[in-house]
Amino acid sequence: MKNENLYNYILGIADNSLILGQRLGELCGHGPNLETDIAMTNINLDLIGQARSYYQYAGKLTGQDKSEDDIAFLRLEREYRNVLLVEQPNTHFGYVMVRQFLFDMFHFMLMEKLQHSKDETLVAIANKGIKEVSYHKRFSSDWIKRLGDGTAESNAKIQEAINDLWRFTDEFFQLTEADKAMVEVGIGVDVSKLKEDYYKKVSEVLEEATLQTPENKYFTKGGKEGLHTEHMGYILAELQYMQRTFPNMTW
Amino acid sequence: MSEKEIKNLEAIFEARIARDEKIEPKDWMPEKYRQTHIRQISQHAHSEVVGMLPEGNWITRAPSLRRKAALLAKVQDEAGHGLYLYSACETLGISRDELYEQLHSGKAKYSSIFNYPTVTWADMGAIGWLVDGAAIINQVPLCNTSFGPYARAMVRVCKEESFHQRQGYEIMLTLCKGTPEQKAMAQDALNRWWWPSLMMLGPTDAASVHTEQSMKWKLKRKTNDELRQQFIDQTVPQADLLGLTIPDPDLKFNEKTGHYDFGAIDWDEFWQVVKGHGPCNKERMNARVSAWENGAWVRDAAMAYAEKQENKKVAKAS
Repeated sequence: MKNENLYNYILGIADNSLILGQRLGELCGHGPNLETDIAMTNINLDLIGQARSYYQYAGKLTGQDKSEDDIAFLRLEREYRNVLLVEQPNTHFGYVMVRQFLFDMFHFMLMEKLQHSKDETLVAIANKGIKEVSYHKRFSSDWIKRLGDGTAESNAKIQEAINDLWRFTDEFFQLTEADKAMVEVGIGVDVSKLKEDYYKKVSEVLEEATLQTPENKYFTKGGKEGLHTEHMGYILAELQYMQRTFPNMTW
Repeated sequence: MSEKEIKNLEAIFEARIARDEKIEPKDWMPEKYRQTHIRQISQHAHSEVVGMLPEGNWITRAPSLRRKAALLAKVQDEAGHGLYLYSACETLGISRDELYEQLHSGKAKYSSIFNYPTVTWADMGAIGWLVDGAAIINQVPLCNTSFGPYARAMVRVCKEESFHQRQGYEIMLTLCKGTPEQKAMAQDALNRWWWPSLMMLGPTDAASVHTEQSMKWKLKRKTNDELRQQFIDQTVPQADLLGLTIPDPDLKFNEKTGHYDFGAIDWDEFWQVVKGHGPCNKERMNARVSAWENGAWVRDAAMAYAEKQENKKVAKAS
């Protein structure tokens, strides 16, 4: 493949949307009330829509006429490039919201920068995506505040989720080989430069929500290199079920 | 109020309905009208919300990203229908929490069709085509029903249902144009969903307890048997177009009546499911009750937070 680095760079962004969408898809119809169910399905729809745009673009780069579905459904676990955070389970609504919030804050910053990429297609996707992600960020930040500054029980539950999921945040700012190559040619975003601002903004929201920012300095990584947590195989088993059971069919 | 005054109000009320005027929430209405509407609108709302479960079952396994997005959007529409139907119901003086309580305790019913399992992807097609198809036949007349908030909600519901029905049929069409395995999957889904879909239109006229009163209030414009015949007449040619066989050996077009004759419906199965002993009644109710119970701390937190914000505003202002 001529543009292998660009291809891998795109998957690094797209797979986050796909896998987070897949996790949110498990929740549809099971939310704490109808309003949150509707809102989170909206977010899910945005994420799947974004993933489709990225995969369609990536498909063209392969030179083998691969479809969005070939890329989304027919890779091996080690070939998915999403960060570990997005594959973490829906333990309870607090985990769902913290996962969303920690991701949205990063996702928004990434989209902001991607709007200035030298790649026109990525710019177009980012221009559309940032409007959606800006809503996601507002929705999840609002919930962090509600749950943090709600009841003692909700505060404890959300703090537990933050403490647990915090270790997955540093991975956002790691650069893969593909990332580095794309940063060099002005297409990719140098995510390592977003780190300081990210933690500052996240802490501001947590503080307003009367929550503690964890002091934990030990982080986990691997997703971007295709080394996932034990949850990933099960996610893919569901995601890929139809495509693997009935190969080469039109749906 | 004296009995004579009530009789007088009732006469005015019935005359308004006869003139096809809309009854609005603040208008006087007989208590029975209010109760009947609470029962029917909430049953409809519950059906939308429970109906999210069998289809939600396939979101993570949808076979393509396009289908995944369409299914998500469909289930989201159902949540939306639930939301505005509950709101319409609330105008009759009952809260959403009370309505949930009735659902969770088993006092309120929802459409029995959602107590059947969705076991293959083709069920997403069959539900859209048959279940939404039967629902539309039930619901289109409600756009002109006498209670204003319900009639207005139904206009929007019907538009979206009709889109869902086309989408379901298109899933079936794709399967039927696909491989033999795909076509077999479609036929199997039709075999399983056909009879429950016919039952969806309600018990036979002879066994229906609410029909007469509901016809009078325009909550119903056609009887269950008339609606069922309409559904069959409309659906058989669609099955022919798919190249699928309807699982009824007695189904035959009757030249004399201009309608399809059909075989006997297994009403024992219908009543078994209505009474709570269908394949998924327990699972559906467990899912709803757990969602509600597991969400209690979230709703409590949202209320507490809103209260704190309100207090802060008041403190600032004073």
